[in-house]
This record gives sequence, structure tokens and C-alpha cells, in this order.
Amino acid sequence: MASKPRMVRIYVMGKKYEVPEGLTIMKAMEYIGYQFIRGAGCRGGFCGACATIYRMEGDYRLQVALACQELVRDGMYLTMIPFAPAKKKTYDIRKLRPTPNVFLQFYPEIARCLSCNTCTRACPQDIPVMDYVQAALRGDVEEVAELSFDCIACGLCAVRCPAGIVPYYVGLLARRLYGKYMLPKPKELKRRIEEIKNGVFNAELDKLVRMSVDELKRLYEMRVVKR
Amino acid sequence: MRRLLYYPGCTLKTSATNFEESALASAKALGLELVELPRWNCCGVVYSLAADDLMRHTAPLRVLVRAQEAYREGLADEPKLVTLCAMCYNTLKRENASVREDAERLRKLNEFMDREEDYEGGVEVVHLLEVLRELGVEKVSGLVVRPLEGLRVAPYYGCLLLRPRGLGVDDPDRPTVMEGVLEALGAEVVDIPYKGRCCGAYHSFLREDIVAELCHRILRQASDMGADIVALSCPLCEYNLGRQELIKRRYRDFRGIPVVYFTQLMALAFGLDEHCGFEENRVDPRPLLSEKKLYRRGGGE
Repeated sequence: MASKPRMVRIYVMGKKYEVPEGLTIMKAMEYIGYQFIRGAGCRGGFCGACATIYRMEGDYRLQVALACQELVRDGMYLTMIPFAPAKKKTYDIRKLRPTPNVFLQFYPEIARCLSCNTCTRACPQDIPVMDYVQAALRGDVEEVAELSFDCIACGLCAVRCPAGIVPYYVGLLARRLYGKYMLPKPKELKRRIEEIKNGVFNAELDKLVRMSVDELKRLYEMRVVKR
Repeated sequence: MRRLLYYPGCTLKTSATNFEESALASAKALGLELVELPRWNCCGVVYSLAADDLMRHTAPLRVLVRAQEAYREGLADEPKLVTLCAMCYNTLKRENASVREDAERLRKLNEFMDREEDYEGGVEVVHLLEVLRELGVEKVSGLVVRPLEGLRVAPYYGCLLLRPRGLGVDDPDRPTVMEGVLEALGAEVVDIPYKGRCCGAYHSFLREDIVAELCHRILRQASDMGADIVALSCPLCEYNLGRQELIKRRYRDFRGIPVVYFTQLMALAFGLDEHCGFEENRVDPRPLLSEKKLYRRGGGE
């Protein structure tokens, strides 16, 4: 017979609930009756949809988490911020070049950065956000791309920045430029594209298309994942 | 090699790379290894005078915290932070002075930046010119392989290297430190009264007329007094004084004069031609330097 789980108190948007210990924030919210229509995506810590802010009882610090990753703790006051209104620029990456002023051209507000480091503290991925905003300010595309690599665009840095900067779009621009213009082109990719163009995989694909749903499911369950 | 911490600042990594390269190469020749500060951020640019807005001081103070960490971790032999850009020098130096004088201000900032270690006030912000003065002009002249003979150089300080009084690199009314270095390189110094006047600074964004007028006055004085070239240490001054097409449009008889960083002349005199970066200057100094038989394209004499 399973023993009764220990319960912890959490406060969701100010309302108190008792939930079993050991649940993630997201599972705990479902336990108390929330249904996620938005604000939940991969449930694996990659999509950035479940950004959450919380304070622990008695602590002055505002903390951040991904609701699908962080476990509930007793005395947690939380709310999810599933969407961040953010200025997003459209550009044609083919017409851009990784030049020092490219960041200021699209996101001139990065010059308002005062190095307060609030963005870094708001990052659930522990990215040194301020450092890459600063690298963007001095036009170092590679540094921005490397430092921001783990960004999942949850938006918390943009919500917290007192200067109104949207760091994650700056990082995205850097990674696009870095990938397109600075990293060496992978030879294997080129070869594979040629193979696809030459129809090497057509027969196999046609076979899949003709399969019934049940056959496909069976095939999927039997798949071997290479590591 | 004597290792000193070095703060480049944003401009030296983008539009003034010739300043950085000529300075690092010359410093190395002098036995100084300028170790770039790890994880540095913008200095904050203009030093904020608002007494109640401490947020504007997190940037320069964070740089000082980084320097404190780097020194403690053994990256440098002295707790000194060397700067090249006059703006960075001014902002960092004034920040350091303000928190040293005002313990309450420092406490507040340290508390605000509670993820960083507390700044303790032990870092010394210096400009490369001060390091050279301390080394002595003999040390500089001892490395000269190509004396800048016959080159008449007007040193120009602008505002930020000299003011406010007591925090600048030298006496704001009668500075001599750059003169000393240039003379040690074998150049003839032309002492212009406007050497500490403002170039117009950030008026270049919205009021180019002001910049043109001020820069014209300075450059005109330099050439009227017989200077061949102007030497300075501020990327913003170099930008303003170097945009001479703007001046020529307003002052038809202005003929132009090259403007370079003093470190470029030092690298030239030390024979470090490949580190001079003259090709990046707004007014190309190479025709003048070739004429004076000091420089030949592709290096060598």
C-alpha cells in the first residue's frame, strides 16, 4: 500500500493550495485543476513556453523557473508568464552580414544597457545574458552566438530588463549570422542534400506514405535511436 | 614581462582597432603585457552626474569588480587597470573616486549587485600615458629604432583625459605627458593652445555644425602653427577631428591634416610597422609619413 505523499503549500497567483511534494510546478498546477491550453509545449525544458516567476516565503529575491522543470517547494508564491510582448524585427538574413553594427541597426536599444545584470538573474537557463548583450554592443557576433547558445526564448530577460531590451532576439540574430556566415559549412550536409535531390530516399519515403496508421505506429515503437 | 590588467572598451574592438593594436604592440616592446580583463562590459560611457540615480553606476563599478577579481586570481602583477580610450578612462576613474569617497554609495551599489563580490576600492585606474610617465621617457626613447625626426606633431588631449582637475592624467591647464612621450620618440612637438579644448563630442549626432566649427578651430591652429600631424588618445575626438570633409564643406580654404593615435606614432618609432594600422585612419597619414621618409608601404625603410 502506497504511503500518503507529504504535502507542500504553494500559492498560485495568490491562492493557496496543498500539493504533493515531488511534483513539478506544471504537474502541481494540473493537480490543482489548471488545464494548459497555452503555456505548455514540450514539457522537457526546451521550448520555453512555461516561464515562471516565484518568490519563496520570506525571501526578497524574485526567482525564475521553467514550470515543467522545477519542483514545487513549500512556501512558493508563483505565477506563469507564458508570453512576453517583445519587439521583433524582420530581416532577410541573406542581405545581412556579421558586421559590428548589425545589432545596433536592428536593436538600437541595446545601447541603453547599464550592466545592471537583471537579465542574467532572470534567466532560467543560467545564461550570462548581460555579457552577451554587452558583446552585441561591441559587435562581437561570435561571442553573442556562443554565450546565448542555450537560450530557449522564454522571454523572462526581456520582461525584466529596465532598459526595455529584448536580449533573446539579439542572441537569435547573432546565432543566425554565426551559422550562416561564420561557421564552416558541413560537407556531410551538402552530400545529403545532393542525395535527397537525386531521389536516393524516394522509394523508402513512398513506402512510408503507403503504410496504414497502425503499421506506422508499430514502426515508430520499434525504431532505434542512435546516440 | 610586467603584467597589467587592460580594459579595452567597445570602440577599440570596432572602429578604433588600430589604437588597440598599436598600443598593445608598443606596450609589449616596453616589457608590459596588457592582459585583457575577462568578461568586461561597457564602461557606462558618459559618467553620470545625477546624484540620485545609482543604476547608472553599475556598469563602471562592475568593471572595477572584475578587475579586483582578476588581480586576486593572479592575472596581473599589480591592482592597476590600464585604459586607452579617454572616455573609458574618465568614466572608470571617476567611478572609482566616487565610491572611495562615499562609503554609503559603495554599500548601496554593492548591495544592489548582490551576485558580485563586494568592491573594496583597491583597484587603480590608470591611462597608458601615466604608465609611460612612470616608466620614464628614457625607457621609451631607448626603444626607438626610427626617430620621428622632422615630424612636427601637435598633441591634442581634448576634455576627458584632463578633467576634472585632480582626476585627469595631468595638469588640465598645462599638460606635458603626451609631449614627453612624443619627444622621446624623436618628434618635434608643436604646442597648440587649443590642445585641451572640446572637439564637440556627441554633437556629431545632431549638430554637425558645432563639431565642424570646434574641430576646424583646433586643426586650423595646429596647421597654422606648423604641425604636420595631430596625435591624440580618444576615439571620439579621432572621429570628430578625422571627418574633415565636413569641415572642408564649411571652410573652403581648410586643407586638412592627418590625425592619429599617439600609440600609432610610438609603434612607428619602435619599428612595429605591421601594427601601426595607418590604413584605418580617417585622414590617411601615409603620404605625409612617406614624404618624411618615416614610412614605406609594406613596411621597412
